[in-house]
Amino acid sequence: MTSKGVTAVDLSCVRGDRILFKHIDFTLEPGGLLYVLGENGSGKSSLLRLLCGLIKAESGAIHWQGADVKHALEVFQSDLLYMGHLNGLKEDMSPIENLQVNAHLAGDNVNKQAILSALEAIDVKRCDSLPVRVLSQGQKKRVALSRLWLTKRKLWILDEPFAALDSTSVDLLVSRISQHLSNGGMAIVTTHQEVVISAQSTQVLRLSA
Amino acid sequence: MRAVVTLLRRDLLLAFRRRSDVATTLFFFLIVASLFPLGVGPEPAVLSRIAPGVLWVAALLAGMLSLTRMFASDFSDGSLEQMLIAPQPLPMLVIAKVLAHWIVCGLPVVLLAPMIGLQYALPNDALLVLVLSLLLGTPALSLIGAIGAALTLGVRGSGLLIALLVLPLYIPVLIFGAGAVAASQHGVSAEAHLSLLAAFSLLSLVLAPFATAAALRISVE
Repeated sequence: MTSKGVTAVDLSCVRGDRILFKHIDFTLEPGGLLYVLGENGSGKSSLLRLLCGLIKAESGAIHWQGADVKHALEVFQSDLLYMGHLNGLKEDMSPIENLQVNAHLAGDNVNKQAILSALEAIDVKRCDSLPVRVLSQGQKKRVALSRLWLTKRKLWILDEPFAALDSTSVDLLVSRISQHLSNGGMAIVTTHQEVVISAQSTQVLRLSA
Repeated sequence: MRAVVTLLRRDLLLAFRRRSDVATTLFFFLIVASLFPLGVGPEPAVLSRIAPGVLWVAALLAGMLSLTRMFASDFSDGSLEQMLIAPQPLPMLVIAKVLAHWIVCGLPVVLLAPMIGLQYALPNDALLVLVLSLLLGTPALSLIGAIGAALTLGVRGSGLLIALLVLPLYIPVLIFGAGAVAASQHGVSAEAHLSLLAAFSLLSLVLAPFATAAALRISVE
């Protein structure tokens, strides 16, 4: 039976002459959640970037729905949503403009109404037409995260999504991620905070420095 | 294709909202080109003799001044990461970025050049060839410059490094660009020079986006 999810086989990553991690294996099936835990500098972000294809693995392979992503990178990338430490927002544009541009660049179709309701879902609608430059850190983060309400992509890779958020926003985000998982989505999340996301199956991957 | 249009429109919008950045490039071109008549003296014979070279070098330096900005903000705010993992082919997105850079930094120089040319007592037909040569040559400058900008992304002192990387590659464009204007001043047809400039631009249009895309992947890793 071919997997419908993502499988990592014996991944290892070398930065400079230092081995960040090696022999990483996991399988994530639809509805599954994978926590990546570890101290600062243990390679959590590198693992996530490696899974997206931003970094090349020293060895090992990633399979998406049974196919090696090396040969089907476009298919994988159109099912993938990655949010790193950087928000990917332009300071001189408004949240609406940013989300519109980002969706088009990612090859997704969104209309303005959908964007407005996504911004409302995470409670930043009242700054929808201000330039991002004047928003606070937390508001910027929330604008960036509102992508999660717009997307239909199956695999979410979220690097520290709860950082800089207040507790209300954390709750909103947690319920959005659980909703995604219960719809057959998958999520890979790094976090330092104690956050409980309900999922059909939860795995923990611990990286040691 | 829609991603290309979106990216082009976004970059033009951002440039419009940061007009001062654009103005710096233009004023640099204006000032450098205006300094020479002040320094060399007002004899029309001397000025029109040095005009092709001076104007082309000024255009080339003005274009280079803005190269560091081509990918820097996308790199620092994370937009570049998102472009790299987008299902769109990266070289197409690079073409959109380069086109935006050319419209913002190259085209104004092309349009301004005839006015500066008048300062140098260039005859009308030489002015026309100057504009044509810049129109055909500056796209190559933006395309080649993009490779340098991508390679030096996130490197300290990238401004100077870009100059060292990119200026030697600009030499053919400079030779044929200035050569075209000089040829028309001497009553020779500039067609050969202009054809070579166009060929150089087309060649860089084919090769540079791939090189830039590869360099971006290395820089982000």
